[in-house]
Amino acid sequence: MFPRLVYESFRRQTRRKLLAGVAITLGVAVATAMIAVATDIGDKINHELRTYGANLLVTPQEDTLDVEIGGVNLKPPSDGAFLNEADLPNIRGTFWHNNIVGFSPMLPVTVHLGNDADAKDVTLVGTYFNKPLKFVKEDFTTGVRITHPWWKVQCRDGSLPRAGRVEDSPTCGWPEDNSRNVLLGERLAAQLNKKPGDSIEVAGRTLTISGLLSTGSAEDDEIIAPLGLAQDILGKPGAVRRIYVSALTKPEDDFARRDPRTMTPETFERWNCSPYVQSIAYQLQGAIPHSHADQIRQVAQNEGTVLSRIKGLMLLVTLAALLASALAVSAAMATAIFERRAEVGLMKALGAGSFAVAALFFAEALLLALIGGSAGFAAGSLLAHQIGHSIFNSRISIEPVLFPVILAIAVFVTFAGSAAAIRRAVKFDPVFALRGEA
Amino acid sequence: MSTTPTAVHHSQIAARRTGPHVSMFVRMLIRAAVLRRGRAASALFAMVVAAAVATAMMNLYVDVQAKLRTEFRNYGANVVIVAKGGRPLPADALGKIESDLGAKTLAVPFSYAVARTTDGQSVIVVGTDFNRVRHLNHWWNVSHWPSPPRTSSTAPIEALVGMRAAAVVTPDRKPFDLTFQGRSIHLNPAGLLQTGAAEDSRVYLDQTEFQNWTDVSPTTIEIAINGSSADIEKQIAQLAQALPGTEVRPVRQILEGEANVLNKTRATLYAAAALIIITSALCVLATLTGWVFDRRRDFAIMKALGASERLVNGFFAAEAAALGAIGAVIGYAFGIGAAAWIGRANFHAPVVPRFSVFPYVLAGSILVALISALLPIGLLRRVQPALILRGE
Repeated sequence: MFPRLVYESFRRQTRRKLLAGVAITLGVAVATAMIAVATDIGDKINHELRTYGANLLVTPQEDTLDVEIGGVNLKPPSDGAFLNEADLPNIRGTFWHNNIVGFSPMLPVTVHLGNDADAKDVTLVGTYFNKPLKFVKEDFTTGVRITHPWWKVQCRDGSLPRAGRVEDSPTCGWPEDNSRNVLLGERLAAQLNKKPGDSIEVAGRTLTISGLLSTGSAEDDEIIAPLGLAQDILGKPGAVRRIYVSALTKPEDDFARRDPRTMTPETFERWNCSPYVQSIAYQLQGAIPHSHADQIRQVAQNEGTVLSRIKGLMLLVTLAALLASALAVSAAMATAIFERRAEVGLMKALGAGSFAVAALFFAEALLLALIGGSAGFAAGSLLAHQIGHSIFNSRISIEPVLFPVILAIAVFVTFAGSAAAIRRAVKFDPVFALRGEA
Repeated sequence: MSTTPTAVHHSQIAARRTGPHVSMFVRMLIRAAVLRRGRAASALFAMVVAAAVATAMMNLYVDVQAKLRTEFRNYGANVVIVAKGGRPLPADALGKIESDLGAKTLAVPFSYAVARTTDGQSVIVVGTDFNRVRHLNHWWNVSHWPSPPRTSSTAPIEALVGMRAAAVVTPDRKPFDLTFQGRSIHLNPAGLLQTGAAEDSRVYLDQTEFQNWTDVSPTTIEIAINGSSADIEKQIAQLAQALPGTEVRPVRQILEGEANVLNKTRATLYAAAALIIITSALCVLATLTGWVFDRRRDFAIMKALGASERLVNGFFAAEAAALGAIGAVIGYAFGIGAAAWIGRANFHAPVVPRFSVFPYVLAGSILVALISALLPIGLLRRVQPALILRGE
């Protein structure tokens, strides 16, 4: 009899059930989408913060002082120590290689430009643009197009590529990594009166300017060339001066700042297995012989605050969303039950106890919550996917474990929302209900 | 309620006609709310919650950008002014910048020279204003900032020494000498500086001391401008006009990083706000529709007693509008409170109440209330009052 009552109630009151079901679906969808976004926003913003560029710098251990003002190096170029280019792919072999978004080696060389009359010293920096590399069996590409996303190259047809990922931006203007093409800083280009496509005489070599580089800092006065070319000019094959590494890190805390040399093996294990900027630096030093790795504090130190602010904000907004959807569900349930007083009166007049009536309503609520919750979870996943795709251009992952949690929340909220209305309905005097004096 | 107009003065008729009508109308409104306290209260509650959530979200959406921008200023300068062609900047440049951008803008002068240590190594010495630079570059890890400019000429001159420079100039942290174009200076290392970038290989001095020693005046001023990209662009143009002979450059790394992260956050918040506001509006719609639908007996009785369609519609519309307005006012107050709390909890600074949000909340609340009242009325209008009263 009981299942039949529930079944008939759904069959005969399709409109009302649909209304309550829609409310639950909507509430659950919003809650699912917001929870998914809030749990994933940290990762997403961490990725976006990589637009600030590298947060780690690897230098030779016995490096002499940089004597560089505004991009002009005042030190004899062959001075000091170098890192070995052949060690670079090892960066992919560190424990946190999945967190390393990219890296770019740099080799500045001072070169003479022009004839004796108006000769001038200019810095030529050798680097990777988007260089294919191989570590053991894994192929990957890296270079300044990943680690320095704010570098803009103006190519021959004068158009500026739009900001964004490497895959999105056109390759126009960027030199090939093994070519003799270079980028010319825009201020230097204005001084020399050169444009893309022209050739330039550097250290006895004729190089082609493939594009003009605009960065808003020292590079605007420099020549950026493929690394091999810079090594060739310097006469030191395989030499690299410093490596910029862009890595996804966990915000620094007190534990992160501890000195790994004073840790016990277990603490060290824990420290080394957290993607702190310090532990990644420590591993980079291990991967590249005779190197010293340190965080670039301007970039690394501020990430934590920005990240925690945005995460905190989304968490609070998610709470607001949960509250709003819980209220929507409760309101819909309360209305649905309130409208059925006559039915309650009839059941009670026929001898149903308060328990039987309450059980019927709760069973209906449970069914509605399960159906609406499942539909809402699906819709919410779709919504989260849409938000991730349109805002962050990447997938927002939804943990399957969220499904039972969401269903449980849906059932709880539906029960909580119906409880007051059911109590009132059960207490109602059947005589008044049947007389229509509700 | 109408009387025969023949004997009575014209104005009295008008007074009588409107008088009882208005008072009756208001009485009906009040009695409807008082007699069915429970349902009216739950409808009002839904209205208040929806208005509060909407207010909080809109307030946050407007204010969070300003809050986040302040956080982003921790990344340091976003505009750099450099002298063209190696000449020093005009002496009044800093004053001009501050008068142009307001005293709250942080502008820090820098001057550079290459000095030699006693054993002949080159090191870059930078003159700056420590007081300003420590507010601009929060990420500088400094063991001890040099004390304010000395008052007597016998006191030692304090310097801030970069981590890597320290290994060269003062490996034992003792006072050291530097020479620049034959003139030497005796410096006391006050503290060590660590940034992980070029600053680590430099020695920092107070600008006055630096200028007394080297005669080099500032060539670079770094500025942190707070505002949207359009604001910053405008101020860059303004600065370029005020300081001819200099080059005003935006620091693209900082500007683009900020714009990117801010845009993504704003878009996410926008999506969240839209979802939440739609959900709460639908919640109100469901509750109010149920409430009005429940009162089909009132509707039928009013019609049976001869009330015109306009009067009945007006009654329910007025009721809904009043509910919307009251809900909006109370909800606005709660929403401001919620936004302030979120601001305090997350940004350690309260979100400023935006009164510009109020008209939107009010209009939205009344609109939703009106829709939810007139929707069921539209359905009921087609039904004969007798059918409703008979309980069918």
